[in-house]
Amino acid sequence: MPPVTPDADADAVVVGSGPGGATAADVLTAAGWDVVVLEKGPNRLLELEAPYALKGDLSNDEIKLWFRWFLGPDPLLEPRTYRRTEADGDHLLVGEVNNLPSGVGGGAIHADAKMPRFREDDFRPLSRWGPMEGAALADWPVGYDELEAYYAEAEVLVGVEGEVGANPYASWRSSPFPMPPGPDMYGAVVSAAAAERLGYHPYRAPTAINTVAYDGRPACTNCGFCGGYGCPIGAKGDPLGPLRRALGTGRCHLRPRSTVTEIVLDGTGRRARGVRYLDEAGVLHEVTARHVVLAGGAFETPRLLLRNGLANSSGLVGRNLTFHFQTFVAGGFPFRLHPHRGRVVTHLHDDLLVPTEADLSAARAAGLPWIRGGVVEHGAGPGPVMEALAYPPGPVHNQLMRESVARDRLWVFTMQGEDMPQPTNRVDLDPVVRDVHGLPAGRVTYQPHGHETFASAHWAPALESVLREAGATWTDVSTSPPPDPARAGPLGVAPVSRHVMGTCRMGVDPATSVVDPLGRFHDVENMVCADSSVFVTSTGYNPTLTIVALALRACRHLVGDPLPPTGPAGGLSPGAGPGSSRR
Amino acid sequence: MARPPFLTPREHAVVAAACDRLIPPEENSPGAAAAGAADYIDGLLGAFLVDPPRVWAGGPFSGRGGGEASFHRFLPLSPLEELAWRTRIEGSRGRPEREWNGPVVGLQERYREGLAALGDDFAGMAAEEQDRRLDGAGDFARLLYQHACEATYGAPEYGGNRDLAGWRAIDFPGDVLPRGWTDAEVRDP
Ligand SMILES: Cc1cc2nc3c(=O)[nH]c(=O)nc-3n(C[C@H](O)[C@H](O)[C@H](O)COP(=O)(O)OP(=O)(O)OC[C@H]3O[C@@H](n4cnc5c(N)ncnc54)[C@H](O)[C@@H]3O)c2cc1C
Ligand code: SF4
Repeated sequence: MPPVTPDADADAVVVGSGPGGATAADVLTAAGWDVVVLEKGPNRLLELEAPYALKGDLSNDEIKLWFRWFLGPDPLLEPRTYRRTEADGDHLLVGEVNNLPSGVGGGAIHADAKMPRFREDDFRPLSRWGPMEGAALADWPVGYDELEAYYAEAEVLVGVEGEVGANPYASWRSSPFPMPPGPDMYGAVVSAAAAERLGYHPYRAPTAINTVAYDGRPACTNCGFCGGYGCPIGAKGDPLGPLRRALGTGRCHLRPRSTVTEIVLDGTGRRARGVRYLDEAGVLHEVTARHVVLAGGAFETPRLLLRNGLANSSGLVGRNLTFHFQTFVAGGFPFRLHPHRGRVVTHLHDDLLVPTEADLSAARAAGLPWIRGGVVEHGAGPGPVMEALAYPPGPVHNQLMRESVARDRLWVFTMQGEDMPQPTNRVDLDPVVRDVHGLPAGRVTYQPHGHETFASAHWAPALESVLREAGATWTDVSTSPPPDPARAGPLGVAPVSRHVMGTCRMGVDPATSVVDPLGRFHDVENMVCADSSVFVTSTGYNPTLTIVALALRACRHLVGDPLPPTGPAGGLSPGAGPGSSRR
Repeated sequence: MARPPFLTPREHAVVAAACDRLIPPEENSPGAAAAGAADYIDGLLGAFLVDPPRVWAGGPFSGRGGGEASFHRFLPLSPLEELAWRTRIEGSRGRPEREWNGPVVGLQERYREGLAALGDDFAGMAAEEQDRRLDGAGDFARLLYQHACEATYGAPEYGGNRDLAGWRAIDFPGDVLPRGWTDAEVRDP
């Protein structure tokens, strides 16, 4: 091991600069704390000196972003491995597995930033819906009513646009969205109208994208290169806004290309003294701090803890890994939809998260006590290089490209299906594969529960009907992960959902959870988790607003400044309940 | 292109001819060769013949949608990024610092071997013979197709999509920032 170079002595050291880590840095520096943020990836986002201008390295370049790992992690330097079950041996796949970006800003700069809140029921799946065999279902130790104040603050801090009252299923809210919705994409105008005709309730997606100038950043100009790209003009607020604010206090010291390898405990073995990290040259540094905040994401946080053999008296670190079980329903249209104009996804519908009596009886007939689907995103397909690769080479290629059946005339519903927590689904350490630092690679062992495969198959035909109602002449259904790995499509065998959750679940009882209801590790008193590792269940919603809300809550409690509770009484638009029932 | 080539002239001709079978020229489509596929592939294989290497084009704007053009200013790589890309392109070549997970066969070697298997005389062969050889080329044909697609439909700064021929054939506008699209252009048919 190289010698250790002393670095800073801080109030808190934060591991990771994605939505969770950036939020922690924002809250803690605002309270006057001195914070060191260590980020293993590069900085493509913003200058680290005032006025924290955009670096200008992000661009609408499909080659750089989709084929050359510009936002990393490079699968040669940081391979991950995947297997479905132990029966697959050490691993089935090595290299690119669920590559959530690594760099300043984490996965969020790359996201298209749909930011829905969860609903009241999402926090109490066990008491609302009941147990499910083979699933480690539990209620969350925090409810919507308690989290609402933090949701409201999160929407202001990252800048979320949206429309109060548009989603009849939404839970109550204490304040309006800080920005009005942006323009609807033409494809979504078509698909949302069809969904409404069939009795569903599409609404304009709450999104962390500026629709007007906000927080010193410009309005989005609808460039079309959004999901999978960073915003070259800085119109996505998460986590650019929080990082700029934290840096602006002068108390946030952000160090890119700094890989935390070790959490150092003090003599008691119950408190962290700080962390050690490797810089790019391989020099090992130590930051001492009063508090340690882990926000490496739900894949890297358990990998770090397992390597350190820490915080795992429950044996649950890395377990109950959830993704969203993604069902992609594509529709081919006889007319062009220009999906390259706009923010990629502008509409959602929540109907499939609230099963009808017919859905429930179908589930029971299949031997399941209940099913829930997930939020349905109405969105654009791929860029032209990806499109081209979907077609065969040779004589048919040009005509397919000109007709653009798989891009300009394609519209896709993605259902982010709720994924049951299963202890056997987990992140652990690969016994053989190493990263460039010589550290064991993280390994995913994951297989969906019968719940999500049934729910996917149950609702896919309904989504196909909507696309046909919208005018599609053909539809096609695929899922990630695929039902049969031997017939995996271009998305591959491993789950591609970039929603990764559950690997340090929160709870009251240290025997059945890794962190307490405020994100503090049961086994390490002054260490907090601020990423989606703490999620108890996956729900069927995009996770990031909830990551930010929980990080706000954990860190505000850390500095002794929790938000006063809000209440439904004076709230806006409690979900009026869907008016019509769907066919 | 002001850069020493990696491919020999003969290899360059084989790459161009092979890519043209995968994305053939037609009345309204340029074909991969005319779109610059061989230059694109040569730019990748010879990325480290220039400094900064031709791996990541710059940002934030191409200049085609307003703003100052900056894609042509390629970005420098950090030491670890250079290690990764040299390993990917040149292969690990038995160097311990490139073999933390064992040997890596580089793109250069895959091309040299793949092109040799297609045959030095490939460019002069009849189309049927070219197709026959490509059908037998397995993984190498898939690699060529991926690169031909990147070249034809990716940003022109990498050496392909010459005169935007790839995008014009499919009526794709490419990068439109900072101008972007108006609300009406987003919403209306
Ligand atoms: C294309 C795409 C689209 C998406 N769309 C949406 C969406 O619409 N809505 C939504 O809610 N979510 C979306 N997501 C998911 C979203 O990006 C994640 O939920 C979010 O980024 C998770 O935040 P996090 O802070 O938990 O972790 P991350 O964003 O993963 O950040 C963790 C950071 O920690 C760093 N790190 C890890 N380990 C270490 C270590 N040992 N030392 C130092 N640094 C470390 C990592 O490099 C990383 O930068 C999308 C993701 C992608 C890729
Ligand atoms: S669509 Fe808007 S937010 Fe997304 S990258 Fe383009 S300008 Fe930025």
